[in-house]
Amino acid sequence: MLIEKSTILEKAQLGEKIFQIILHSPLIAKNAKPGQFCNIKVSDSSFPLLRRPFSLNNVDGETISFLFDIHGEGTKILSEKNIGDILDILGPLGNGFNTEGDYSTAIIVAGGLGAAPFPYLTNELNEKDVISIVGARSKNLVITKDLKNTFTATDDGSLGFKGNVVELLTDYIEKNSLSNFRIFACGPNPMLKALQKLSIEKNYDCQLSIECAMACGFGICQGCPVETSDGEGYKLVCKDGPVFEAKEIKL
Amino acid sequence: MSNIDLSVNIGSLKLKNPVLLASGTVGYGNEISQLTDISKLGGIVTKSLSLKPRKGNPPQRIVETPSGMLNAIGLANVGVEVFIKEKIPFLKELNTTLICNIAASSIEEYVECVKILTHEETIQAFEINVSCPNVREGGLIFGNDLASVGRITEQVRTVTSKPIIIKLSPNVPKISDFAAIVKKEGGDAVSAINTLVGASFDIYSKRPKIKNITGGLSGPAIKPVAIAKVLEIKRNVDIPIIGIGGIMNWKDAAEFMIAGASAIQVGTANFINPNTGNEIVEGLSSYCDLQKIHRISELIGSFQI
Repeated sequence: MLIEKSTILEKAQLGEKIFQIILHSPLIAKNAKPGQFCNIKVSDSSFPLLRRPFSLNNVDGETISFLFDIHGEGTKILSEKNIGDILDILGPLGNGFNTEGDYSTAIIVAGGLGAAPFPYLTNELNEKDVISIVGARSKNLVITKDLKNTFTATDDGSLGFKGNVVELLTDYIEKNSLSNFRIFACGPNPMLKALQKLSIEKNYDCQLSIECAMACGFGICQGCPVETSDGEGYKLVCKDGPVFEAKEIKL
Repeated sequence: MSNIDLSVNIGSLKLKNPVLLASGTVGYGNEISQLTDISKLGGIVTKSLSLKPRKGNPPQRIVETPSGMLNAIGLANVGVEVFIKEKIPFLKELNTTLICNIAASSIEEYVECVKILTHEETIQAFEINVSCPNVREGGLIFGNDLASVGRITEQVRTVTSKPIIIKLSPNVPKISDFAAIVKKEGGDAVSAINTLVGASFDIYSKRPKIKNITGGLSGPAIKPVAIAKVLEIKRNVDIPIIGIGGIMNWKDAAEFMIAGASAIQVGTANFINPNTGNEIVEGLSSYCDLQKIHRISELIGSFQI
């Protein structure tokens, strides 16, 4: 964990409001692992005051990338940054995905912007079969960039399977009689909740990357609690997460 | 730069410089020490401790507001026993002044916590939080009541000879009355201010953005309020003041000292730039140099009105 002033090397617009930026950030790149995130200061002033958390989209040599959509003031400012601009980035933060173990297939389940951490994970899982089940409300919101073996689902049926990613996942596992797999998921809360329910019922090996508003991103503000499944207390999304075993937490 | 005396005294507590990190914004020191050199600071104030562990409030606990943030953490903490066993050993190694913040639900609990912790050599002073706006019992019920603040000060005084700092609430009509009773009952200093009570709603769901409904407002948004409270205390009561509220840089810190603060605490800024405290130490030092101030204590209450 460190603060690195990082220069934007590339910027791409992937959809109406979806952007990807690639930055030169050798120290963060060297220390990162898939599923971790960074907390980015998008402005030099006190507006907006807080950093903004983004999962690491990919790491390649000395570069790191982020994928984001414009959904508030912070991301709007970030979208207006240009190549050559310098961002103050705190990272890498949190615990990433646990990729250890003897499963043979990694199933990525992503909803909308939840696809963000998976190009990085896919690259690191080069010894496993990787299946990517990716969905969104509609065709133009589906993000499949840099993912492998993608199967898509849309709520309105405009691309791929008509329905949600959890339905498509169930369908896929049954049709292919898949076993010995691990699910890695990220997306909106209702999706994660449905997936959590399914994986607990079926006893699937499943890790969820969850999102939460944060202030510090490294455990000192205590602002991002998630209740443990036993109801005994809270874990912090920033420090204990953002990736949790599906059975570990209450969503 | 090195010939400037940055040390200040808070009663009998001597700090190597006036920059402290505020309770609730440094945890117990372990995370932030990876991002800044704590040993160069005046000291740190640890997260509020209660006798037993508290799990804190359910989410949503924080929301960003214009130039500030609301929080309702609910004093989540490990409790006195775990603190001594698991946190003190690390804090001992930090080579900085350690001020231990206590929050409780009853006067007896404040006394019990201090009674136990006063034996820990590493702890050099206590900051008594009588002003947390986010818990049902204790907190503001005490902080808004003069007699309670007086009684807590008096009772805690009986169990420790270490400096006692009472952290005051700004959510009162006249904060200097509270500082006066702290002095009368044997308190050594006051911290001013804790957060201001605030609320924020989502206009579509019409629900509060924070589960606790209200939270404590902090950040640059509250700085002028805090400066006014420090000034009010300075002009009415002869007691050392630790200024807190929206300090983001050395200029803010200097402003608090001019208004009457003997030391300052950096809070919300730690969430954004964990190195703020050390940058303030350097900034204050250069400022003193340029202003021909040899001892930073000359700055305290140096306002020209």
